[in-house]
Amino acid sequence: MSATAITTTISPQTSSPHLPGSIEASRSGIWVGIFAIIMSFAALTSALLVRQGSGEWSHIVIPSILYANTAILLLSSFTMEMSRRALARSTGVTTWLAVTLLLGFSFVSGQYLAWRHLASQGLYLATNPNSSFLYVFTGMHALHLLGGIAVLAYLLSHVIGGHTSLRRHLLDNTAIYWHFMGGLWLYLLFVIVTRL
Amino acid sequence: MEQTLPQPAHLHAPPEGFLRKYVFSLDHKVIGKQYYGLALVAVFTGMILSWLMRFHLVWPNAKVPGLDLLSKTGAPGGVITPEYYLSLLTMHGTLMVFFVLTNAPFAGFGNFFLPIQIGAEDMAFPRFNMMSFWTTAAAFVVLVLAFFIPDGPPISGWTAYAPLSAVGSDAGPGLGWGQNLWAISIGLFCIGQLLGSLNFIATTLDLRTKGMTLMRMPICTWAWFITSCIGLLAFAVLLPACLLLILDRMAGTSFFIPSGLVVSDRLQNHAGGSPLLWQHLFWFFGHPEVYIAILPAMGIVSHVLVTSMRKPLLSAKVIIYSMISIGFLSYMVWGHHMFVSGMNPFSSLLFSFPTLTITIPATILTLIWLGSLYGANIRITAASLFALGFISMFVSGGVSGFFLAQPSIDIYLHATYFVVGHFHMVMGVAAIFGILSGTYFWFPKMFGRMMNESLGKLHFWFTFIGTYCIFMPFHYLGLVGNVRRYASFVDDFMPALMPVHRFVTIAALITGAAQFIFLYNLIYSRFRGKIASANPWDGTSLEWSIPSPPPWNNFGDKHPVIYHDPHQYGVRGSKGDFVMQDSPEQIVTG
Amino acid sequence: MGKLFGVVVALIAIVSAYPIVAHWYVQPIDISTHGHAIDEQLADTMAEAGLSFLAAQLLLGFFVWRFSQRKPGAKVWNIPGGATLMVAAAFILVGTEILALGVLGQKAWANVYFTPPKPDAMQIQAQAGQFAFYFRYPGVDGKFGPLHPDKIDEGNSNFFGLDPANDVESRDDIVSAELDVPVNHEIQLLMHAKDVGHSFYVRELRIQQDFVPGLDLAVHFTPTQTGKYEIVCTQLCGLGHYNMKAYLNVLSQEDFEKWMKQKISEQ
Repeated sequence: MSATAITTTISPQTSSPHLPGSIEASRSGIWVGIFAIIMSFAALTSALLVRQGSGEWSHIVIPSILYANTAILLLSSFTMEMSRRALARSTGVTTWLAVTLLLGFSFVSGQYLAWRHLASQGLYLATNPNSSFLYVFTGMHALHLLGGIAVLAYLLSHVIGGHTSLRRHLLDNTAIYWHFMGGLWLYLLFVIVTRL
Repeated sequence: MEQTLPQPAHLHAPPEGFLRKYVFSLDHKVIGKQYYGLALVAVFTGMILSWLMRFHLVWPNAKVPGLDLLSKTGAPGGVITPEYYLSLLTMHGTLMVFFVLTNAPFAGFGNFFLPIQIGAEDMAFPRFNMMSFWTTAAAFVVLVLAFFIPDGPPISGWTAYAPLSAVGSDAGPGLGWGQNLWAISIGLFCIGQLLGSLNFIATTLDLRTKGMTLMRMPICTWAWFITSCIGLLAFAVLLPACLLLILDRMAGTSFFIPSGLVVSDRLQNHAGGSPLLWQHLFWFFGHPEVYIAILPAMGIVSHVLVTSMRKPLLSAKVIIYSMISIGFLSYMVWGHHMFVSGMNPFSSLLFSFPTLTITIPATILTLIWLGSLYGANIRITAASLFALGFISMFVSGGVSGFFLAQPSIDIYLHATYFVVGHFHMVMGVAAIFGILSGTYFWFPKMFGRMMNESLGKLHFWFTFIGTYCIFMPFHYLGLVGNVRRYASFVDDFMPALMPVHRFVTIAALITGAAQFIFLYNLIYSRFRGKIASANPWDGTSLEWSIPSPPPWNNFGDKHPVIYHDPHQYGVRGSKGDFVMQDSPEQIVTG
Repeated sequence: MGKLFGVVVALIAIVSAYPIVAHWYVQPIDISTHGHAIDEQLADTMAEAGLSFLAAQLLLGFFVWRFSQRKPGAKVWNIPGGATLMVAAAFILVGTEILALGVLGQKAWANVYFTPPKPDAMQIQAQAGQFAFYFRYPGVDGKFGPLHPDKIDEGNSNFFGLDPANDVESRDDIVSAELDVPVNHEIQLLMHAKDVGHSFYVRELRIQQDFVPGLDLAVHFTPTQTGKYEIVCTQLCGLGHYNMKAYLNVLSQEDFEKWMKQKISEQ
């Protein structure tokens, strides 16, 4: 049967003879990993708060492209959800995954554009404390998102092959991570807009 | 048309080929041994560094043969300079705290035994497990590299306080690329530990075999689980701290460096950073880190004691809850490292209360251990001697904590040898005793051969008496006001104390030399030790139900079923005075 | 060998405790007004810690002596009271300890940190830099001139970076490598770090406080005895850390005034 990216049927692996517990373990693993990332950003936030407390603080004009990027990332969470539902119905997973991946890439590119905009205003990593935190927050988030993008690419390569079944829990876990990245970005945007 | 690839019935395939079996192994047992081996290299390196330090303190002009080859500027003619002393000190602390005390009891033994003790075939994520070891190994290489660069290793201590650690080479030797390598190494180490903690937590939560409820897990399994939870939060904070330090050093940011600093006649181009921020971030990690070092040892000691005493501890549940509360409280006390740091003095009082409170679960643990010995029938082996010695050391190290927990007394004792005595007793001795006890206990299972008991007991006596000789006098020195991290003692009152320092140095050399008895025993027994049975100590937990050494998938193709907790000792079992966890027989007491 | 362990543990405990009980290693004399509270706290803690230490080690030694290597198959039993007794004991022992030491000990801390300096306290600025302490007195005008880090010139003894040419208040500032103070007079030490973290420690004064770059910190104390006392740095600050020290000279009022006159005339 010819397999094009759109018409291939992908079946979810529902009752795979996995080791007992290993699917639950991968779900625990994602949440534990998310928790660790939260702690890291909490540490960075407290560093920001301490730094602000010691005066010498000016305000930055936020590049407006950040808002467009936010919309793109939120849209990608939507498309990620659609790909999860598509797996249940066994159709269209590839499309939705591909779109999510593209949106993810657009976000990261958009963040890079934001950086260039800052640079054109003379704001680099070490220019002043605001810019330092802005670059660190956005950079670290983008780095973690790239991790998610890598996983998406891996999943896509599996389904585009046309004859591999995608395990449901893999997609679910990736979705959890992806939504977390969206949520984390909303939090960081809030911090950036209100504090920087 | 769909095709399904056949799904493996195992977490990973049976290993084939030298690289897969011994180098890039996915098997938790091999990875555990690799961690332990790394810790062994680190501990002997760290010990030699401490010898050099002790040597220099009492014989400052002595020439150490060959040291000038390692560092022409640090030890010209083999004589250790003050800056090289500080480099040795920094590397000693960094190696010992990170690469020994976090590696061996937790990543080493935990990796090997946690999956077995819960009845699993391997850790939940074998690939992450392998990555975590190799990341840690890379971190070790990066750190040790600092010895071989021209400017030498950093001199800012394992605590790397800013701005000394952040402004760069203006502040002194070793603070250029040496400090960069340190920060990169520790950053990598954090990543390795985070991956490891992830594995431990997911495995413990989800891969327990049938009948293995949480409360039926051995105490050491609980200790590893709690440690991994603590580690997850702690290392997740140290990692961004290291990142910010690297940015201050290499990218010109000012997270930790304020304005107006004149270092070596050069006005530093920084503004607005806070040195205290580094201390907060570091100690928020640093205090839980010391509990990461001690909790697995507590678990191992509890485990060894139960088997050695032939009776259960008074209450495993109380021990477990005490360990959990220690883990929880450990996050509230970090400010006790900063009482005189310039932090708000009211905060100092706030931090002292949870610090004093953490004494409660620690005392509960000690009293349970002590109380459990009453009415026991203790089998004296090398493993049980180190476990009993642990109790003694933990008491000694713990009581000096009473002093340091109080800000008013800390005004006098901060930065003196009293602190050095305290943390060496709890970490440098007690935690090590836990590792040694575990080694003598589990060596038969890991390698299929028994260690030599006589050599083990000899090793114990030298180490037990020797470490008391080294570290007890530190408390006396601290009470007189002997300041720490000094390359030389030039204070007016110090000459009278030099005999004490000489005594300590000689004790350190002898005790250190005795560790080679242990090393010899390890290596000899690995190849020539008596063949071990599956259950040489008559233990109840699952590791004793499988062959020594275990097959690649631990339980063959079976999944064990659990009927009892691991504390069934002093009962009438079919094999003796104990009943194993996976034995369906009923318990008959008396 | 269990019996040997019991004996050795007991011996170690007694031998370790002896130097403390015999007062072989004690703090130097206390020349401060607030130090007495600290010393009392230390003594109380030593008594508690010492008792806990001895009790625990001797119990350990005794239990191992008595309950090790009995006949194989001998009956094992639990201590009367079991875990409940141990938990209760821990709470009671440590509970009283926390109350006694923590709550009562607050006063000693408060004496140092929560009591503001008296209005007539003598203000002296201390600067810590790699690897020396320098002290500055405000001079006749009672005011400290501003600091200019870019003007620091050790070669010309301008340790603080003063600019007397442009700053009026700096002209009468007195800089000294030793901290000279009059006895029984409260001193407020304003602490300034030049380069990295340092710390100010005088054992006899029962004072220890870090210098933090970027932070304006101060400690205050009243020395009660004349004499020469060492000030040492206790915060790792680089290769010369071990050698970074100065002297606190506590002088009689008369001698201090003589010293001050001398310094003013040298300017």
